[in-house]
Amino acid sequence: MPLTTARRAKRRGPRRFTSRDLAVIGVLLGIPVLLDLALVWGPTLASIGLSFTSWDGIGDLHWVGFDNYRNLFTEYPPFWPAVRNNLLWVAFLGCVATPFGLLLAVLLDKGVRFSRFYQSTLYMPVVLSLAIVGFIAQLIFSRDQGALNAILGDKSHPVDWIGDPDLNIWMVLLAAAWRHTGYVMILYLAGLKSVDPSLKEAAAIDGASETQSFFRVVLPTLRPVNVIVGVITVIEALRAFDIVYAINHGRNGLELLSVLVTDNILGEASRIGFGSAIAVVLLTVSLGFIVTYLVQELRGEKKG
Amino acid sequence: MAQSSSGHRISRRTLLRGTAIGAGAVTLPAVLTACGGPGNEVKMGSNASDAVPRKAFAEVFAAYEKKSDKKVKVNTVNHEAFQEGINRYLKGTPDDVFMWFAGYRMQFFAEQGQLAEIGDLWKGFSGFSDALKKQSTGKDGKQYFVPYYYYPWAVFYRKSVFEQHGYEIPKTFDAFRALAKRMDKDGLDAIAFGDKDGWPAMGTFDYLNMRANGYDFHVSLMGGKESWTDPRVKHVFDLWRGLMPYHQQGANGRTWQEAAQSLAQKKSGMAVFGLPHPGQQFAAADREDLDFFPFPEIDSAYGQDAVEAPIDGFLLAKKSKRQKEGKELLKYLATPAAEEIYLKRDPNNIACNDKASASSYNALQKKAVELVSGAKQISQFMDRDTRPDFASQVMIRAIQQFINKPDDIDTLTKDIESQKKTIFADS
Amino acid sequence: MITDIRPAPAPAAGPVSGPGRRRRVRPGRLGLHAFLMTVSLAFLAPLLLAVYASLRPYEETAKYGYFSFPRHLSFDYYRQAFTDSGMGKYFLNSILIAVPGVLLTLFLASFVAFSVTRLKMRGGLVLLMVFTAGNLLPQQVIVTPLYVLFTKIELPYWMSDSMTMYDSYWAVIAVQVAFQVGFCVFVLANFMRTLPIEIIEAAVVDGAGVWTRYWRVTLPLCRPALAALGTLQFTWMYNDFLWALVFISDGDKLPVTSALNNLRGQFFTDYNLLAAGSVLVALPTVLVFLLLQRHFIAGLTLGANKG
Repeated sequence: MPLTTARRAKRRGPRRFTSRDLAVIGVLLGIPVLLDLALVWGPTLASIGLSFTSWDGIGDLHWVGFDNYRNLFTEYPPFWPAVRNNLLWVAFLGCVATPFGLLLAVLLDKGVRFSRFYQSTLYMPVVLSLAIVGFIAQLIFSRDQGALNAILGDKSHPVDWIGDPDLNIWMVLLAAAWRHTGYVMILYLAGLKSVDPSLKEAAAIDGASETQSFFRVVLPTLRPVNVIVGVITVIEALRAFDIVYAINHGRNGLELLSVLVTDNILGEASRIGFGSAIAVVLLTVSLGFIVTYLVQELRGEKKG
Repeated sequence: MAQSSSGHRISRRTLLRGTAIGAGAVTLPAVLTACGGPGNEVKMGSNASDAVPRKAFAEVFAAYEKKSDKKVKVNTVNHEAFQEGINRYLKGTPDDVFMWFAGYRMQFFAEQGQLAEIGDLWKGFSGFSDALKKQSTGKDGKQYFVPYYYYPWAVFYRKSVFEQHGYEIPKTFDAFRALAKRMDKDGLDAIAFGDKDGWPAMGTFDYLNMRANGYDFHVSLMGGKESWTDPRVKHVFDLWRGLMPYHQQGANGRTWQEAAQSLAQKKSGMAVFGLPHPGQQFAAADREDLDFFPFPEIDSAYGQDAVEAPIDGFLLAKKSKRQKEGKELLKYLATPAAEEIYLKRDPNNIACNDKASASSYNALQKKAVELVSGAKQISQFMDRDTRPDFASQVMIRAIQQFINKPDDIDTLTKDIESQKKTIFADS
Repeated sequence: MITDIRPAPAPAAGPVSGPGRRRRVRPGRLGLHAFLMTVSLAFLAPLLLAVYASLRPYEETAKYGYFSFPRHLSFDYYRQAFTDSGMGKYFLNSILIAVPGVLLTLFLASFVAFSVTRLKMRGGLVLLMVFTAGNLLPQQVIVTPLYVLFTKIELPYWMSDSMTMYDSYWAVIAVQVAFQVGFCVFVLANFMRTLPIEIIEAAVVDGAGVWTRYWRVTLPLCRPALAALGTLQFTWMYNDFLWALVFISDGDKLPVTSALNNLRGQFFTDYNLLAAGSVLVALPTVLVFLLLQRHFIAGLTLGANKG
C-alpha cells in the first residue's frame, strides 16, 4: 500500500472505481505490466535458467548444473578484478560524483545569472555517445600523444594512464564521474524545484545559516529524490559498461562484470550459459544493494 | 479546484495523432519495399563499412550486374558489428552470399551446418594455390569458401632510416636481435609496439611460434590440440621475453595507430604489421619510404617457409533460398577480373587468384605478391586460426599480461592451458 | 507540507536588492560564479579538445599530435561525415525509434506511478519493486532470450518486411520502452509521493474519474520530473546502439549510432572524422536538452500553480 496515502487519508471512505475507470486502469496499467513481464522479467528468468546450461546459441542446450559458476569463480581470471572494479565504481560514484552533483544542483538552484549556460555545459558529457567518449579518453590519457601528459611534460618517463593496470581504473572513474555528475544534477534540480521556498525563508528568519538550513531543512524534504539518486548511483555503477568498452574493451585492469557478460553472450562463439552465470552474479549483487537500501528507506519513512 | 497548468497542454487528440503518424512512418517503408519484389536478384551481406572498400565493392558488383543482367542488393553492416552478430545473422535471415574470412573461423560455422558447400564450383576454379584451397576447406574435406584477397604480415621499416644508420635486413633471429640492440643504442625504439586493442601482438606470437616450432605445431596449437604448458610454447615466450626490452614500453596503453605513427615519425625502427596497417599513418609523400622484410628465421628446419596472410572472401549461406544465383555470383567473384576491379581501388591487399594482373599494384603490393607466392604454408592470424572466444577472451588477456610481466611465463602458460580446456571442451 | 509554489523568482539566500535585479555584486556571488565557471570549463575542456581535433586533418594530427597548434582548420570533416556515413537516413531511423519510445515510456510509466502512489491499490508496493528490480540487469543479459522470442513472433507484412518481430522497429521500440519503464516508474513514483494528496482528493470529490485525476491533475504537477526524465530518456534511447544492433539485421534500418560505427574502418579509423561525426550525432540530444531545460531550470516558472 502506498504509505503516504495510508497515513494522510484520515477518512477511508468507500472509493469506488467506475467501470470506465477500471477500463482505463486495465489498459494503461496492463500494457506496461505486460511489457515488463514479457520483455524484461521473462528473459531475466530465462537467463537465470540458462546460467545452469551450456549453450552456444545454435546447437543444443546441455544442462551443466553449477559448472558455470564453479568455472567463473576459479578458472576465469578476469572475474575477481571485475568484481573489485565494480565495487570501486559504486564507492567512487557514491562518495564523489553524486555529492558533487548535489552540490552543483544546489548552487545552480540559487538562480545565478548564467545558470542556463552552467547547466548545459555540465550536462553535455551525458549526451555523448560511446564512440566519442573512447576518442576523448584517448585524446587526454594517451601515453604518447595525450593532453594530460603534454601538460605534465615529462618526456622521458611519461605516465601510462591507460596501459598501467593500477592507474587506469582511476582515470576511468574520473571519466565516469564526469558523466554521472550532470545526470545526478538534473535529477536534483528537478527535485529542488519542488521544495517550498517558504521553508527556507522560515529557517532563515529563525537564524539558521545557509548550510544549516540546507542540511536540516532542504535535504530531508529531498528524501524521495535521494532514494532515486541513491538507487540510480548503485545501478549505474554496477551496470557500467560504455566508457570501459570504448577505451580498451575492458581489459588490462579495466575489467567489469557487464563487459564480461557482453564478451560471452554477444561474441561470435557465444558461451551463453557462462555469460548468463556472470549476469546472475551481477543481478544478485545489485538486488542485494537495492533491497537493503529500499527496505531501510521504507522503514525510515514509516517511523518519520 | 482543479489545477490549471499553462504550457503543458498536449491534448489527447494531438497525442493520438502523433502516434498514428509515427506508426504510419514505421510501416510505410515496409510497404514500399513490398511493392519491389525479389525478382532476379542476389543479396550480399557486406561488412565493408568504411569508405574505400565499400566503393570498391560497389564497382565490382556493378560489373557483375552488367555482365549477368541480375541485381545485387548489398546489405552493409559495420565491420565489427557484423562479426559480433554473425551467430544471430546466420540463424535469422542471412543474405545469400556474405563476406567472411578463411580458416578455423569459417570451419567453425561450416561444422554447425550454416554454410552451403561449393565443392562443385571449386572444380571449375583455376588460379588458386593449394595453400588457398586448404584454407577454404572445412573440417569435413568439402570446400565452402571463395577467397578474394589477402595481405601478408611482415616486419615494416623506413628505408631512409635504415640507410641513415647503415642497418641491414636481418635474416636470422640473432641478427634481428643484434639489430634491435643497435637501434636501441642509436636512440630509437627498436620495435614499435601498440597492443591496446589486443590483436596486433598476435602477429608477433604467431610468427615466433611458426619460426621456432613449425607451421604444423602452430596450427595444432591453435586448434586446441596441444598443451600450452608444452616446453615448445614456453620457448616461444622465452624468445619473446628476450626481445621485450627492445619493444616500445607501455604497449598496453598504445594503439597500433600510434605505434605506426612513431614509425612514420622516425622515432622507432621496425614494427610487425599487416600490409594495410602502416601506410595510412604515413603522410602521402612519405609512403614511398615504407618497406618490409619477412620475419626472420629462428630454426633453419622451418626457415621462412610460413607466411601469415589472412584471407578475406565469400561464403554461401545454407539458409539462402537463392542457391543457384548465389553460386553464379561466387563464380564471378573467383575470376581474376573481379579481383582486379576491386584492387584498383584498394591498395592494401593483394589478389588471391594468381592470374590477376599486378599492373595496378604499388611497390609494396608487388613485394607482397612475391612474399606470399613463395610461401610453403599460409596461416590466417591467431583470431582466425582458433576459436574466436579463445582468441579474444583468453589470448588477448594473456598476451597483455605477458607484456606487463614478461618474466612470469610458467603461471601464464598454466592459466592459458586451464582456460583452454574449459573453452575447447564445449566444441 | 510541500507544494510546488514559487511566488517569487529569488530564493531566500541573503539580501535581495530588488525583485530580480542584482546591482551589487557580492563577494559570495563572485566566488560562486568563479567556482561554477571553473567547473564548467573543466567539464567542457575534453569536449572542446575533441571538437578541435575534428577541425584538423588526420595527417596533421598524426604528425604533430592532438595537443598542438593548428596549421589547417576546416569544416571538411563535417561534410564528409555526413555524406560518407549516410547520416541523413540514419538520423531518420533514430528519430523513428527514439521519439515514440520516449513518449510511450513517459506516458505508461507516469500512469503506473500514478496508480501505485495515488490510487489505493493492493500490491502497489510490490508492483513498484517489480518494476524497479527489472531494471537492474545490464542490457546484454536478456539479449538472447529476447532474440529467440522475437524471431518467433510473426507480424504481417505491412508491419515488418521480415515477417517476424525480429529485424523490425517494433522490436526495438518495445524493448526500449519495456526496459526504461521500470526506471521511470521508480523515479516518477518517488516524485509523486511528494505531491499534495488534497488536490487529488478534491478532484475525487468533484467526481473526476481516474483518467482526469491522472491527466489533468497529477501530470501537470510532475512537469519538472517529466522534463528531466524526458531529456534523459531521449538521450539514452537515441544513443543506444545495442538493441538496434541485436534486433535489426538490415543495414539500412540501423540508427545513427551505427552510422558512426561506419566511419570506423576495419584497419584505419580517422579519429578526427569520427569526432566530427560524433558532434553531428550529438546535436539532437543537445537540442532536446535546450528545449526542455526551462522546465527544470532554477528561476522563473511560467505561470503560477496555485493550490
